[in-house]
Amino acid sequence: MSALDPNLKPPSGHLVATDATPCSCGHRHDHAHAQPGAPPIPAGTLISARGVAMKRGDREVLSNVDLDVLPGEIVTLIGPNGAGKTTLVRLLLGIEAPSQGTIVKPASTRIGYVPQRFDVDSTIPMTVGSFLALGAAAKQREIKSALEETGASRTLDQQLSKLSGGETQRVLIARALLRRPNLLILDEPASGVDFSGEADLYDLIDRLRAKHRLGVLLISHDLHVVMARSDRVICLNGHVCCSGKPEDVSQHESYARIFGPLAATKLGVYRHHHDHRHDLTGEAKPLGGASLPDREA
Amino acid sequence: MQSWPDPFVWRAFFAALGLAIVAAPLGCVVVWRRMSYVGETLSQAGLLGVALGLAASVDLTLAVILAAIVAAAVLTLLQRQSTVPLDSALGLMHHATLALGIAAISLVKGPGIDLMSYLFGDVFAVTRTDLVWIYTGGVAVLAAMVFLWKPLVRLSLHEDLATAEGINPRLPRALFDLLLAVVIAVAMKIVGVLLVMAFLVVPAVAARPLSTTPERMAVLAAAVAILGVILGLWLSLSTDVPGGPSIVIALCTIAAISLLAASRTAR
Repeated sequence: MSALDPNLKPPSGHLVATDATPCSCGHRHDHAHAQPGAPPIPAGTLISARGVAMKRGDREVLSNVDLDVLPGEIVTLIGPNGAGKTTLVRLLLGIEAPSQGTIVKPASTRIGYVPQRFDVDSTIPMTVGSFLALGAAAKQREIKSALEETGASRTLDQQLSKLSGGETQRVLIARALLRRPNLLILDEPASGVDFSGEADLYDLIDRLRAKHRLGVLLISHDLHVVMARSDRVICLNGHVCCSGKPEDVSQHESYARIFGPLAATKLGVYRHHHDHRHDLTGEAKPLGGASLPDREA
Repeated sequence: MQSWPDPFVWRAFFAALGLAIVAAPLGCVVVWRRMSYVGETLSQAGLLGVALGLAASVDLTLAVILAAIVAAAVLTLLQRQSTVPLDSALGLMHHATLALGIAAISLVKGPGIDLMSYLFGDVFAVTRTDLVWIYTGGVAVLAAMVFLWKPLVRLSLHEDLATAEGINPRLPRALFDLLLAVVIAVAMKIVGVLLVMAFLVVPAVAARPLSTTPERMAVLAAAVAILGVILGLWLSLSTDVPGGPSIVIALCTIAAISLLAASRTAR
């Protein structure tokens, strides 16, 4: 159905260049860095990244990131603070261009974006209604039904800067829906929302996904409810550490090493194996040991 | 009020009125984007423009507009770099332009050039040519603002969201800086370099508590500015205080009342 051939390959010129570059992670991987072997873009993808890297000054914020979001699936991007999650989202949204690699976005993909921080400056007067009208050419009736759908009808005439965290998220989701997206990208939607509100919020996202057959890319650093509902979880820490299906709580041994033992005691995680952990600086360390014995190995 | 006021009073009134209306929506955007320091720098670059205009015997309004546009371009470049924090760079440029402007005017100063009139403005010295500048320029600026309004509001609300939704963040910003430079250059004559930003910012600050949407804030800011002009000119005529400071005093009084009233109802 897509106007563009979904199997299209990213321009090869972008990809080959990294081949000779040594891995910047400085540790052993269970995944390959070699670019020419980058996985093919799956049919019907809503958005894909291949070999994406981003430098800020001398610092490599992201390196060799591959990612796909398919229709109807929830992909959760997790990683500690400073892992490059928001940078990756900015690249996917086209706000910035990657310093290496490609973002593939078929012409049929329409993104609804829910940003992480939305502390509306109180110097700007804005009702929820006029805020929603600003993002898309929407009729008053459509605005009302979008707010109903996200459970925020009561806020229609309220000032944006006076909303609670949960209300703000619902309003932002309503605004994204008005753009009739097939891909919803939410950056830390649960930040500023209390625990029970968080569960409700994920319920909402799940419902919308089913109803509109949305692909969903969720960014999170906290893992409570996210994991249970995700079809796929990608663990990011500058590079893709691991990715896979969410799994039993009992399988989280290695996962705890990134996010700390506390997180692991209450959370369900997925089965995959790490061959490294990250210390406070994000530096890769082997499991159990204090430092890597041989980085070049 | 024994008879009709003198023509110079009418010219002052219409000049200030026209500027008040044009400056209001720009002042709102300046407040939202927290760029009053930027405006200060532009207006002081205008002072440098006066000096250069005098030296080169070019039309002064034109020279001021050009100087402000050059300063706006420099500021746009400053915003794109990250080696020097923007606030520090502005602080430097702000004071450098003011000092250089005053120095340059003192050097080229000929007969009939009064530094004070540039620093504080002289609303009662407005000429017919000035009025033509204000009203033709004003219509052009307002037309451009209508065109830029939605992108500017969206970028002020959340730049990443607006950009992700397909708004090019650079173009509206650069055009706005240009419009701001023009308005400041013209308003400088009336309220002076030192007070020109008050003319833009204070009405917007006064209008904020009374507004529920950005558009209403712009309209109310214009209303506040008009009221401030009337009260200020009346104050100036009846007390011999210069026109520019009088208008700013009136505007600040209105803003203080508005903010006080807002903080009371919020309680």
